[in-house]
Amino acid sequence: MLGKLTWGAIPFDQPIPLFAGGFVILVVLCVLAFITIKGWIPYLWREWVTSVDHKRIGVMYVTLAGVMLLRGFIDAGMMRSQQALAFQSQGYLPPEHYNQIFSAHGTIMIFFMAMPFMIGLMNFAVPLQLGVRDVAFPTLNSVSFWLTATGALLVNLSLVIGEFARTGWLPFPPLSELTYSPGVGVDYYLWAIQISGVGTLMTGVNFVTTILKIHAPGMTYMRMPIFTWTALATNLLIVAAFPVLTATLAMLTLDRYLGFHFFTNEGGGNMMMFMNLIWIWGHPEVYILVLPAFGIYSEVVSTFSRKPIFGYRSMVMATMAICILAFMVWLHHFFTMGAGPNVNAVFGIVSMIIAVPTGVKVFNWLFTMYGGRIVYATPMLWAIGFMVTFVIGGLTGVLLAVPPADFMLHNSVFLIAHFHNVIIGGVAFGAFAGYTFWFPKAFGFRLHEGWGKAAFWCWFFGFYLAFVPLYVTGLMGMTRRLQHYDVPEWHPWLLVAAFGAAVILAGILCQITQLVVSIRHREELRDLTGDPWMGRSLEWSTSSPPPAFNFAVLPQVEDRDDYWRRARLAERGAAPRAEPIYKPIEVPRNSPTGFICAFFATFGGFGMIWQIWWLVVVCLVGAFATFVVFAWRDRTEYEIPADEVARIDRANRRARGEALTTAEALS
Amino acid sequence: MILWGGIRKALRLAPLAAALLLSGCDWAVLDPKGPIGDANRQLLIDSVAIMLAIVVPTIIAILAAAWWYRSSNVKAQYLPDFEYSGRLELIVWAIPLLTIMLLGGVAWVGSHDLDPARPLASTKAPLNVQVVSLDWKWLFIYPDQHVASVNRLVVPAGVPIHFMLTSGSVMTAFFVPQLGSMIYTMNRMQTQLHLAADEPGNFRGLATQLSGDGFADMHFEVEAKTEPEFFDWLGQVRAQGEELTPERYIELSKQSVLPAPITFRAVSDGLFEKILDQTLPPGPGPIAETNPGALKRMGK
Amino acid sequence: MTAFQAGADFGDGRREETHGPRPEAILDHADPAAKRIIAGYGFWIFLLSDIIMFSAFFATYAVLSGETAGGPSGKDLFNLHNVAIETACLLLSSFTCGVAAIGARAHNGLMYYGGMAATCVLGLGFLAIEIHEFTGMIAQGAGPTRSAFLSAFFTLVGCHGVHVTLGTLWLLTMIAQVFAKGYRADILRRVLCFALFWHTLDIIWVAIFTVVYLLGAGA
Repeated sequence: MLGKLTWGAIPFDQPIPLFAGGFVILVVLCVLAFITIKGWIPYLWREWVTSVDHKRIGVMYVTLAGVMLLRGFIDAGMMRSQQALAFQSQGYLPPEHYNQIFSAHGTIMIFFMAMPFMIGLMNFAVPLQLGVRDVAFPTLNSVSFWLTATGALLVNLSLVIGEFARTGWLPFPPLSELTYSPGVGVDYYLWAIQISGVGTLMTGVNFVTTILKIHAPGMTYMRMPIFTWTALATNLLIVAAFPVLTATLAMLTLDRYLGFHFFTNEGGGNMMMFMNLIWIWGHPEVYILVLPAFGIYSEVVSTFSRKPIFGYRSMVMATMAICILAFMVWLHHFFTMGAGPNVNAVFGIVSMIIAVPTGVKVFNWLFTMYGGRIVYATPMLWAIGFMVTFVIGGLTGVLLAVPPADFMLHNSVFLIAHFHNVIIGGVAFGAFAGYTFWFPKAFGFRLHEGWGKAAFWCWFFGFYLAFVPLYVTGLMGMTRRLQHYDVPEWHPWLLVAAFGAAVILAGILCQITQLVVSIRHREELRDLTGDPWMGRSLEWSTSSPPPAFNFAVLPQVEDRDDYWRRARLAERGAAPRAEPIYKPIEVPRNSPTGFICAFFATFGGFGMIWQIWWLVVVCLVGAFATFVVFAWRDRTEYEIPADEVARIDRANRRARGEALTTAEALS
Repeated sequence: MILWGGIRKALRLAPLAAALLLSGCDWAVLDPKGPIGDANRQLLIDSVAIMLAIVVPTIIAILAAAWWYRSSNVKAQYLPDFEYSGRLELIVWAIPLLTIMLLGGVAWVGSHDLDPARPLASTKAPLNVQVVSLDWKWLFIYPDQHVASVNRLVVPAGVPIHFMLTSGSVMTAFFVPQLGSMIYTMNRMQTQLHLAADEPGNFRGLATQLSGDGFADMHFEVEAKTEPEFFDWLGQVRAQGEELTPERYIELSKQSVLPAPITFRAVSDGLFEKILDQTLPPGPGPIAETNPGALKRMGK
Repeated sequence: MTAFQAGADFGDGRREETHGPRPEAILDHADPAAKRIIAGYGFWIFLLSDIIMFSAFFATYAVLSGETAGGPSGKDLFNLHNVAIETACLLLSSFTCGVAAIGARAHNGLMYYGGMAATCVLGLGFLAIEIHEFTGMIAQGAGPTRSAFLSAFFTLVGCHGVHVTLGTLWLLTMIAQVFAKGYRADILRRVLCFALFWHTLDIIWVAIFTVVYLLGAGA
């Protein structure tokens, strides 16, 4: 009746997951109770859960990412503390548990923190930057978000019911096959990733179509902001890479569920095939994570240097070059599998070549700062911290691309330090920069600067304290994923690394404090004009937050950084544009399709994990029924009448006009 | 202002960093004891040096530009239209490209010279060692000497060792940091590795690919002895202990962690080949016999 | 470079203006032509991603096709006669699907319902033969658990079969939609996407019968 599910699945005999899980359930119940008592459920359902507005969906993605950052960081803290303690000792986490923790840490940070963060920022900003009203397929966008949330939910559910995978964040066979991982852990992983992978693929389709086909009039490709270009490259990578992930995980699933022999030891299976396939996805994945960050840095550096981005054309070319090269380097993740010198050398060289466009970008950011008037707002600090940190991470990356060097450092904590160097220095710093940069646009008030700067310094120094020791111990021969060790030379470094994690924790606490303080003091931090930073691209021409329809009339774009040009003309006293003729605007209706799909996906996934087959059938039928019901809708849009549009737009124009006059009066 | 304060903070930490660096001297990868490890280290240092030549000036330039062009600096020139320069573009593409060309050459030559399957140049005949990774131990078979050892690899110093590796369970990797390159081990497949120890000594060996719950215990001792000492050791091994028969191997392939290294005075013929072609099947993974209780929670 | 410069005839009585861009063209929700282009474009991107997924299965099949673990190989198992009939079914169904698509645009019930029904029958015929092949192989001990080659075969060909099954389900839904709501613009967009899907499955089948059956039987 309930498949493999029994009471034994709940970890009554393991205090740590029991208390952790219990605590999380308590917090969730409290939050739900609070929301219900305050009467917010109808508002949340109407305005957020069923919203198909890219801005709302973007905010929800970033919120999910923030919560998952906390969960993933707690895993990291446990890993650092275990390794600090486990010198000639078993520490406090037995291997069965420790192996789940690092697997969950990687899985959550990549799939449910970094991806949603970047997708959320792209969701929020790209349609605004293009000067359009929404993405190509708004309801599909909602489905994407809710399927991602389903994946996150399933991974976290494994804490309380059953166990998570113990194979690392990529489940290499034969360890991940049924013989060596008979539990449900790998199955939780497989279904969480497959389900959220569908969501991500849909996002890719959505954004490629939007960016290539839906522009404001006059917005040619070479006038798009760099963030939009990097969003395009990212989503092209998603469309091309995620199907490979789907196929590969499906094959592992078939091995585990139906006794197939793709990657098993027996029956002629070949584990090397898994390695190749998973990394054909895996390498583009890291570019999916970092390219939007590069785009954010381009926006931030040019805005806060008060200059256009240097070398726009070559930035675009470099971005597209990275997009293509990303698919040609995958073997550098397993030089030590023994492919032979020719194959190893070729892939090593191509991996180095991909450093060239990245280097070009760094130099272009440098020349953007050159001759600028730099303002050290928090996003700019993140950007400068990124430039320094990422270059070091890139160095170690190119080093690892030299096969003989990799023969000594593969799978060591040196590798861990390298990829955290580029992921934290590149992706995380970029996410935080984008979050701070676009927060006022999304919510109408800025984030507190002081706490933002404190957060940056804690993260910056915390990162070096946590990961430079790992470069060192990697050179001392320490491999990754060790639950305990007996080498005395490694111990002091791992203590420093644990301290570094504590400093990063301080940074996270600063970020939480920043949010709370900013909400409390939001009137003082209010963004009245919609352009708190002297922005360059079209999103800064809207109010903060923008109305549902983004632009009352689609802007006529005449140049790159068109908004900047018009704003500076307005400052110098040019006559404001005449009031446009307002027309009614049709806006897509909200839809519960996304949420309901995710509901069925969650229970269906759970059913697959625990082999509760009737539940799976019910959910498949339910999902299909949801699509059919959605397809049967008669009214897909609602109209905002012209005078409503006029009222909203006039208020925005008035606020900007007032800001100009005030600025004039003060100067 | 804030950036400068940050830099001052970093400089204050430098002495502490130096003290930490100079303590503890076991820099395995940077302190090799064999020709392969030595060559790998040289390549590592050369590559880093080449890249530092670019990276250090770049970081300095970034910090310098970020500081000089701060908006409060009235001496800095504001160039709001400086967004393109053909000459700069050329330099900006050329510097990374040239660096990579150099490094690429280094990588090509290095990959071929240091291919794990490439025999070492030596006047001495190589010693063959067959390596089988198991859950969670390392089995070393000396096919020409007909003995075997678990979790302790004894080799003569100055003699090239030809490793033939496979796995008796999951994919993992064999690594002796002070001697040289690591290589994967996979069931039903054979990988090759050539290493040598310059001089007698004791080294650490470990598994570097997650292989399950006992992964952290998959380390082994490596002892390089002088040739007379090596023959003495062979004599000792042949004088006591069990024979490694297929049945004993099956026992060994079950999941366990051995408290101490063991040796076998004799090895059945063709044992390694039987492991390779799966006549002797790969290890069974977690079974009730070796993992009592754990299976219950897994939903089995 | 944006869609509103297409200038094409969309067969529903409207012709795209070609003199200069219309600012509201893409997002004028009353303009079916632009929405149709966007829907078709997006669906093409999805189809490309689906083809990439199949490529991963093809690559795996290519690598594992020799791993028969002492069991039967393609030469022993493949019945090219059945494959020929399956191919004929699918190719013909592409034609009937095209007829249905034209019928939908022309609001011609006979062409639409007739074409869709014929496509359905041919698709089900294909599936029947494939299921018969699979069950036969399993009965003689050549199921997907026998060897890596067979795992790869069943997965690649089976994945295509699953796509055909889902396509048939979609087909029936589109018949129901037109029946219930007529030839509305959004329903016509879905018919377009369905047709693209069905034709793509045909293309993939051509790759399958070449790489798997013809090469496998000849090896």
